Amino acid sequence: MTSITGHSEADAGPSGDMAATGRVGDRVFSGLATGSGVFVVTLIGLVAAFLLAQAVPSLMDNKAGFLTSREWQVSAGDLRFGIADLLWVTVISSIIAMAIAVPIAIGVALFLTQYAPRRLARPFASLIDLLAAVPSIVYGIWGYFVLRDFVQPVQRFVESALGWFPLFAPLTVSGTIFLASIVLAIMILPIITAISREVFDQTPAAHKEAALALGATRWEMVRTAVLPFGKPGVISASMLGLGRALGETIAVTLLLSVTRGAFSWSAFAGGETFASRIANGSSEFDTPLKTGAYIAAGLVLFLLTFAVNAVARIVIERRKAFSE
Amino acid sequence: MSTVTSSTEPGAMPNVAAGLSGLSRGRSVTNSVMTVVVYAAFLLALVPLAWILWTVLSRGYTLLLDQNWWLTSQRGITPRRVGGGAYHAILGTLVQAAVCALIAVPIAVFTAIYLVEYGRGKLARAVSFMVDILTGIPSIVAALFIYAVWVTTFGLQRVGFAVSLALVMLMIPVVVRSTEEMLKLVPNELREASYALGVPKWKTIARIVIPTALSGIITGVLLGLARVMGETAPLLILGPYSASINTSLVDGPMAALPTMIKDNFGQALQPATDRLWASALTLILLVLLLNGAGRVVARFSAVR
Repeated sequence: MTSITGHSEADAGPSGDMAATGRVGDRVFSGLATGSGVFVVTLIGLVAAFLLAQAVPSLMDNKAGFLTSREWQVSAGDLRFGIADLLWVTVISSIIAMAIAVPIAIGVALFLTQYAPRRLARPFASLIDLLAAVPSIVYGIWGYFVLRDFVQPVQRFVESALGWFPLFAPLTVSGTIFLASIVLAIMILPIITAISREVFDQTPAAHKEAALALGATRWEMVRTAVLPFGKPGVISASMLGLGRALGETIAVTLLLSVTRGAFSWSAFAGGETFASRIANGSSEFDTPLKTGAYIAAGLVLFLLTFAVNAVARIVIERRKAFSE
Repeated sequence: MSTVTSSTEPGAMPNVAAGLSGLSRGRSVTNSVMTVVVYAAFLLALVPLAWILWTVLSRGYTLLLDQNWWLTSQRGITPRRVGGGAYHAILGTLVQAAVCALIAVPIAVFTAIYLVEYGRGKLARAVSFMVDILTGIPSIVAALFIYAVWVTTFGLQRVGFAVSLALVMLMIPVVVRSTEEMLKLVPNELREASYALGVPKWKTIARIVIPTALSGIITGVLLGLARVMGETAPLLILGPYSASINTSLVDGPMAALPTMIKDNFGQALQPATDRLWASALTLILLVLLLNGAGRVVARFSAVR
């Protein structure tokens, strides 16, 4: 039950427990292990408790609707703040990033496990893993100084062709949600690839050989044996990527132009995500009430990522119950 | 993904030799197209990697060739002036990451041991679930949590140690997951052989299971370190930038490479831009070094 893939040795049976005697060493060791486990569980509880405790006073003083308002007035005693536009920008930028990254990641994972020459598969996989090693601030400055100039013409083209559609309404700033999404897609690509690769690799050889023996082509083998087997893993991987994109801070902060104008549904507008609003405001954490407003935004982000991860896990568990 | 073809003809490749009908055109075309698509996806994924590394390397390498970059700080150097180094930031990043690892690794390894060797029932499920949640926790939320505890509740300053604490939260799940995977790979026969010789469970874990899985655990730690070193969000909230060298984790602002990059990002002047890319390159080199070390460890110390 501890792994998203395959079976867990620990589930096998009680054989190990018979060896745990009442000796001091055993008691200390199992105490340390259990204590660490309990600590991790408590930690999440503490995160929720502390964020909630410090967000509540600000929320009580808030004179605007927290979920519906677009205002962010936290400086004076007159607190007015809401997260409507933050929620939109956070969600849409992550969804666009997913839409770009997931298909490519599946392709890369299939390439690495099913198509690449055996000897080269590992070095190739390390190359993709390097993408995950690049720090997010480097993605941010690269996106800002280099990629932006290349994305601009693409945006102009899409907007001239599809500008009537609200998502592609004309562009007003250079640091757009679309640009941030592309960078986010690159950042979550290695995460999705790594997990997908792992599950594709675990496809039982018997399934693949059976497909090939029935006359399937390589692609048909992939479609009938590898993809169905890997589906829960791919979903879980995508959710992890989504969680990462929702909470990504510095790259988005550097890339997105902060606009406080009228609300726009366009992906070619600027804006702020939860994370970038907090990051942009981090220099002005002085009074508890003001900080509380940012912490409230952080709490929503926490709940959002919590929900995404929890849903992913439920999907996996249910799928596993059927496949075993 | 799974709707493209439905085969109508029973023929198959190996049967051609036996005189049966060959692969239908549609199926063979689909197969070729998908092969191209899969290869293209891989090449496409390599483009940003090469592009980013090239950009940072070509724009940042000149300053790194100067030994002052490695030996001096930015103290007294304005954005307008050329010179100074990144010693203060490199030091801060290394110290914060080291302290983070000292706290995170024992907790993470024991959590993994709990999950694999001891965990049964509800608590084990809860721990496993929470590790997943911790994996997905955004770094800025971890930073806000530490801020809420460290600064708001205890009234302490924003210092290096608070950054380390935030990094601990990000490192624990990475190390737990990699250690757990490694412990699961240890064959049960080894444990059973040990029990059969009358070795108690804790000694079996400490002497048999952990050494067998050690290379994988170290690799996980190194990768976890590489991850936390590049984190910027906790530094924004908890670790203000300082241009001077500060070796204390509990007193005064401590520089780190990500905040040095951020600091130079705000300046439009050429000397600052040069330092921006140079510090980015330094950070990448550091992270890649750890990654490389992790892979070397994985290769050489594997117990067979």
